[in-house]
Amino acid sequence: MEANKVLDAKGLACPMPIVKTKKAINEIESGQILEIHATDKGAKNDLTAWAKSGGHEIMKHEEENDILKFWIKKA
Amino acid sequence: MTITRMNSAEVTKKVFNKEQLFILDVRNESDFQDWKIEGENFEYLNIPYFELLDGVEGILDKIPTEKPVLVVCAKEGSSIMVAEMLSDAGMAVSYLEGGMKAWSEHLEPVKIGDLKDGGEIYQFVRIGKGCLSYMVVSNGEAAIIDATRMTHLYLEFAERIGAKINHVFDTHLHADHISGGRKIAEETGATYWLPPKDATEVTFAYEPLVDGKDVEIGKVNINIHALYTPGHTIGSTSFIVDGTYLLSGDILFIDSIGRPDLAGLAQDWVGDLRESLYKRYKDLSEDLTVLPAHFMIIDELNKDGSVSEKLGTLYRKNHGLNIKDENEFRKMVTENLPPQPNAYQEIRETNMGKINPDEEKQREMEIGPNRCAVR
Repeated sequence: MEANKVLDAKGLACPMPIVKTKKAINEIESGQILEIHATDKGAKNDLTAWAKSGGHEIMKHEEENDILKFWIKKA
Repeated sequence: MTITRMNSAEVTKKVFNKEQLFILDVRNESDFQDWKIEGENFEYLNIPYFELLDGVEGILDKIPTEKPVLVVCAKEGSSIMVAEMLSDAGMAVSYLEGGMKAWSEHLEPVKIGDLKDGGEIYQFVRIGKGCLSYMVVSNGEAAIIDATRMTHLYLEFAERIGAKINHVFDTHLHADHISGGRKIAEETGATYWLPPKDATEVTFAYEPLVDGKDVEIGKVNINIHALYTPGHTIGSTSFIVDGTYLLSGDILFIDSIGRPDLAGLAQDWVGDLRESLYKRYKDLSEDLTVLPAHFMIIDELNKDGSVSEKLGTLYRKNHGLNIKDENEFRKMVTENLPPQPNAYQEIRETNMGKINPDEEKQREMEIGPNRCAVR
């Protein structure tokens, strides 16, 4: 999936993946896609809940070699 | 204002003493709904940390100033962030050291009583998850029953009281938590006992624990008598320690009874469960003190934090022991059961030695309450 911006949050512990995601999403336009890479397992539930509360849409989620990848479409 | 760190042992004291505490839980809503720190006089506010990134002004009026405030999250990072924000806003708050991860792993030892011929029995209350394990000590020797995976805590405790661990038992193959039994046995050279009917698929050597078997601790001072009581699992075995204590495993709890479905055979085992509770236990002395392997709700704790009750009292008060009609009993323990424990299949496989997840993975598998009971 083509992303407008990629955020590397690997190695960061909670709450930093979400803090950085929030900052990154502020830097893209509505309808654009942010790709996030994280290693903190808690990021999955938290990103999902965070996206929902902000109306953003998780388009895709993948896990490979302990790296969690998300594609979020900005509301 | 400064922020202070509160550890799980301090929170446990507040639970035992029924103190007041205001918990600001900043995990996401579903995690909070699923599992939280329970206390009789605890108050809660659940606001996910990611809704507070722009500031805490919106929740200041919801946080009391007249009682202690504890900010809680999964691992600790987010609770420190939120606690710092509250502190900047002029509030005195604490955060939970290690978060719910540490809370889930905390064990509080409580002395249950002395044994007739010298020696003691201790209960280890895993307050965050509701698991109970035991150490029976006599004459410098110790036996451990239903150990959790935090094995170092038992080893340190035994060392502190000057006892050598010679026997380790599991009442059954656990589905809600990873047993520390095998590891303790390996590290201390103790004998690891398992009910053979629960151990048909295990990948390691163990000593079969069968009905009527007596194991002596401290050179025959204390006798542990095995009593076959299937129902929660096909092998579930209870112990009578020193003729006084009935370690009931996951068959009988204080305010609930064991569920028969976690190994996938609810319909087959419901008859066994009925027989164990309504016949085998019924034949025992009413004066026995029941010591279960779990509690489900915080109301089941005694004043000192222990979980125990006389068998006779349970026959009068526990609803699960007072269902006359067999069909009604069958319905209760097989229908409308609570959700199964998190990752219970993987936990069973770990306890069989079939898979060997690392510590981080084990922690994740055990997240949440134990859910081994039906009420």
